Amino acid sequence: MTALIRLLSSTPFRLTLAYMGAFVVAAALIVGFIAWRANDLLTNKVVETLEAEVTGLREQFQAGGAERLAAVVAQRAGEPGSGLYLLVDATGRKVAGNLDRVPPELAGTDRGSVFNYARTAPARRGTVSRLAVGVPLPVPGGLMLIVGRDIEDLHRFAGTMGQLGLWSIALLSILGIGAGLAVSRSVLRRIETITDASRTIMSGDLSKRIPLDGSGDELDRLSESLNGMLARIEELIVALREVSDNIAHDLKTPLNRLRNRAEAALAHPDGAASHRDGLVKTIEEADELIKTFNSLLLIARLEGGAVAESMGPVDPASIVGDIAELYEPVAEEAGLALETSAAKGLGLVVNRELVSQAVANLVDNAIKYSIDDNRPRSADGAARPKIILSMARVGDSIEIAVADHGPGVAPQDRERALQRFVRLEKSRSLPGSGLGLSLVAAVARLHGGSVRLEDNAPGLRAVLTLPTRAIG
Amino acid sequence: MRVLVIEDDRETAQFLQRSLRESGHAADIAGDGENGLAMAREGRYDVLIVDRMLPRRDGLSVVQTLRAEGARTPVLILSALGEVDDRVKGLRAGGDDYLTKPYAYTELLARIEALARRPAPEEQATRYIVGELALDRLSHKVTRAGESIPLQPREFRLLEYLMKHAGQVVTRTMLLENVWDYHFDPQTNVIDVHISRLRSKIDKNFAKPLLQTVRGAGYMIRDGAD
Repeated sequence: MTALIRLLSSTPFRLTLAYMGAFVVAAALIVGFIAWRANDLLTNKVVETLEAEVTGLREQFQAGGAERLAAVVAQRAGEPGSGLYLLVDATGRKVAGNLDRVPPELAGTDRGSVFNYARTAPARRGTVSRLAVGVPLPVPGGLMLIVGRDIEDLHRFAGTMGQLGLWSIALLSILGIGAGLAVSRSVLRRIETITDASRTIMSGDLSKRIPLDGSGDELDRLSESLNGMLARIEELIVALREVSDNIAHDLKTPLNRLRNRAEAALAHPDGAASHRDGLVKTIEEADELIKTFNSLLLIARLEGGAVAESMGPVDPASIVGDIAELYEPVAEEAGLALETSAAKGLGLVVNRELVSQAVANLVDNAIKYSIDDNRPRSADGAARPKIILSMARVGDSIEIAVADHGPGVAPQDRERALQRFVRLEKSRSLPGSGLGLSLVAAVARLHGGSVRLEDNAPGLRAVLTLPTRAIG
Repeated sequence: MRVLVIEDDRETAQFLQRSLRESGHAADIAGDGENGLAMAREGRYDVLIVDRMLPRRDGLSVVQTLRAEGARTPVLILSALGEVDDRVKGLRAGGDDYLTKPYAYTELLARIEALARRPAPEEQATRYIVGELALDRLSHKVTRAGESIPLQPREFRLLEYLMKHAGQVVTRTMLLENVWDYHFDPQTNVIDVHISRLRSKIDKNFAKPLLQTVRGAGYMIRDGAD
């Protein structure tokens, strides 16, 4: 019962009903119009014939008087056909014609009218009443002539046509509603499968997809794009879960270390001095945690994307130069050589601070991963591994690249390395929040650019691309 | 020095008051923007610490009003907001320095001490002298005990900033902000490496080190007792 109600209240069915209604009204109007026109046409034809007949008979009377008229009427009345005639004298007695008497509808009037008359029907051995139309015509000398036409056949024909029209409309309506129900049911069934699938998904099974029937129609295409959306959502949720796992790991570990330090210091028997030492270390740990939180917040905000206000024209060479200057002693300390090459005379509209931070992160990573503890640090500049920081214009963009000769990143890990908190296994032991590259990626996205990791054979080449548009 | 802390969180405000007193400063607390503004107008304070989000009157509005009235008391704005543009907004409103929560107390102390002793632009000295170390801001010459020390431009600015705040703790963040004009935290402690380079130039061949590391806080240059 509810299924029927659902079917009857479905959109396709209601649309079918509305369509049917409009169709029936239109069909009725057209049939009605045709009937009216046909009736009019036939009536006119009858009236014309009658008029011609009347004119003819009047001429006969004028030419030969009452006798000639009576003779003509008698002759015409005897002919087969639909003509009806009656000539009566002043007393109402029939002189000639095939009507028995003056029809009551025509008595005492000079206007034409529809009337019924009785006709002998040989098949039934009696008389039948038939419909006719006629005009009374006074003839000088007290005579009265009635000329008419039998329209019973016409009338029947019109009636049959009318009924036929009504039946066809009724039949069409039934067929239409039936087809509407069938269409609604099939559409409804497919929509029900979509609804069922989304209910399952809402109840927690994110891997469920809407089944496709392969027809490629709009419902199929809708299902397909809904499935695409679901896949994206699932992907995001998985990523989110991964992020929270990583947060759990990367924040819980230092938090735990922090707690252990404090506990150890407190338990230390030496008192004040070791308490002090423990507290200093605790604060250092806390500062690292704060840094991680700040990076996380910054990335989240960059991904929200609302720093257009602080963008301004900057010479990318100065960004690269300043960062190189900041990190050069660090690289040297680590036994590395930081070399810079920057194209001159270029301009960018960016947030200097953020782009500097992104470049700093790339250089920081390059230094961090280039340090090889097994290699003796020599003061000999030529023998030191190089980190090359370069900036050049490539098409409509500016590419800032940091290339090192460290272990590099395997091709299959490159995409993942740009994600938040992802620290490839090898780097887990090194300090850092795992947010460096994802911050670079977020800065790039904010400026409409991108980051890619390439093979430096050997080592890694990280390229930050920033579009130069908006430079006049 | 006298510090006014305009902060609505009682615990934070009391922690600051107690810590500042232990550091030898006098501190008063205002719990909302209107009170804070009224107290700051008395003009008895050397530094104002203003939280950005305050009941009754927003922190930025307090600073703007004071500046509009001509008060020149140095202001440190504290904020839990870390938006990229927030610092710019804070400084534009008339703040002299901006610190994002959570912060280290040593960072805050170093900053307000730097603010309070900051000379007005017209009074800035052309020569800084710490013990036998002298820096000439006009000729860009640095000498120690009469001996000329050649420095890179950035090393010169680093030393200049340290000497301008001689006897005060200067944090790594303050150096990064004022010498390099960066407001982010580099992952590695790049500043330490620059300081050790500078130290090797100005302290290496001398018996008495001037550039000292203040553990858990930063650096300080002084002709110290030790």
